[in-house]
Amino acid sequence: MKLHHAAFVALLALGVASCRQDMHDQPKHKPFTRSALFKDQRSARPLVPGTVARGQLMEDEHLYLGKVDGKPAETFPAALADAFGGGGEWQQRMLARGRDRFQIQCTPCHGSVGDGNGMIVQRGMKRPPSYHIDRLQKSPPGYFFDVITNGFGAMIDQKDRVKVEDRWAIVAYIRALQLSQNATVADVPAEHRDELDHPKPRTEGQTPETQHGR
Amino acid sequence: MAQVFPKSSNTLSKASIVVAGIVLGAVGLATININRTTYVTTQSMPIEQVVQFTHTHHVGSLGLDCRFCHTAVEESSYAGIPPSKTCMGCHSVVWKDAPILEPVRESFRNDTSVEWIKVHDLPEFVYFNHSIHVNKGIGCESCHGRVDQMPLMMRQNSLNMEWCLACHRAPEQFLRPKDQIYTMGWDPEKALGMTQAELGAKLKLENNVQSRTNCATCHR
Repeated sequence: MKLHHAAFVALLALGVASCRQDMHDQPKHKPFTRSALFKDQRSARPLVPGTVARGQLMEDEHLYLGKVDGKPAETFPAALADAFGGGGEWQQRMLARGRDRFQIQCTPCHGSVGDGNGMIVQRGMKRPPSYHIDRLQKSPPGYFFDVITNGFGAMIDQKDRVKVEDRWAIVAYIRALQLSQNATVADVPAEHRDELDHPKPRTEGQTPETQHGR
Repeated sequence: MAQVFPKSSNTLSKASIVVAGIVLGAVGLATININRTTYVTTQSMPIEQVVQFTHTHHVGSLGLDCRFCHTAVEESSYAGIPPSKTCMGCHSVVWKDAPILEPVRESFRNDTSVEWIKVHDLPEFVYFNHSIHVNKGIGCESCHGRVDQMPLMMRQNSLNMEWCLACHRAPEQFLRPKDQIYTMGWDPEKALGMTQAELGAKLKLENNVQSRTNCATCHR
């Protein structure tokens, strides 16, 4: 008799241990939760067309469209200074951010130096033009901004994935890449020229094989 | 009147107290430990999805950064599941007719959702925020494991509360430099020549990382 009881209690414990209670799955919506209410079953609802949130009127054509008087902007928008914290070093911060975002979003196709030989291209993606061809060397910043925003050819638009300020930061970094790939020894400050032949060891704790899993 | 119980029942009744104690203890232990088994936590069990997406290929061999798809991880509580548009960015050209990708193309054509099954599904009485973890120096790998070696996504860790607390009590065991958060297989000894204990203690001070074990940190 006692054995039966023990077995029963043990079974009960097993059942209790594996049961999921209502507290685990509450009738509320977290991101990506399915909703039975809407036809497309998404709990996250798209904005009603024409909705403008406070502070998001996006009047500044230069900043949001990369255009001045309907033409691709030749300059970077003034609003970026505030977006990157102002002060004397906002441009360095923007460039650093641009490098960071470029490496995440662009290198898979465009390659680390922007020559269009990224890993995805090596696996069959259409090869994008190098940034270092004459046409792109001469293209204004607004052109690059527009391509990131609206896509071009096989490249899908990136406007959902890269914020406006980050797109400009990427453009700035592309400009830096273009400079670096067409630089001569004369562009290197005299006191650093010796380092070209005697590179300093890496100090940031990065080894090539630990960078972003590559 | 004769005795109802024989004399041996004295011994039996005493013994039954001991036996009952043992049985209760065993049941208690079993209950606790059953919750830790992979049978209940379903950890290390690859989960079949509508599309058999492989992180081994996309992260391991192509070297995509985690944030290429999980764009919100630095700013939001949710890392974000990419829209099928992100997939189509490459797969409108590469593998564009592969039958395995039909659910993605269908989703893109009809603006419907690909029904991914959530692998790291926390109970809904737990508040979790990705952004604070990655911004304070916890690498993706510390919780999600070697994603670059998972052909199908699985849960590396139990996500039991004791597992959360093991790190919340002593976060220095897992802290990394902020430029190595998204790196897979990062090793402080190889990269910096420091042990995790040395590095963790240093980063904990530098980034003001605190142990958080108040109930309301997660249950809010």
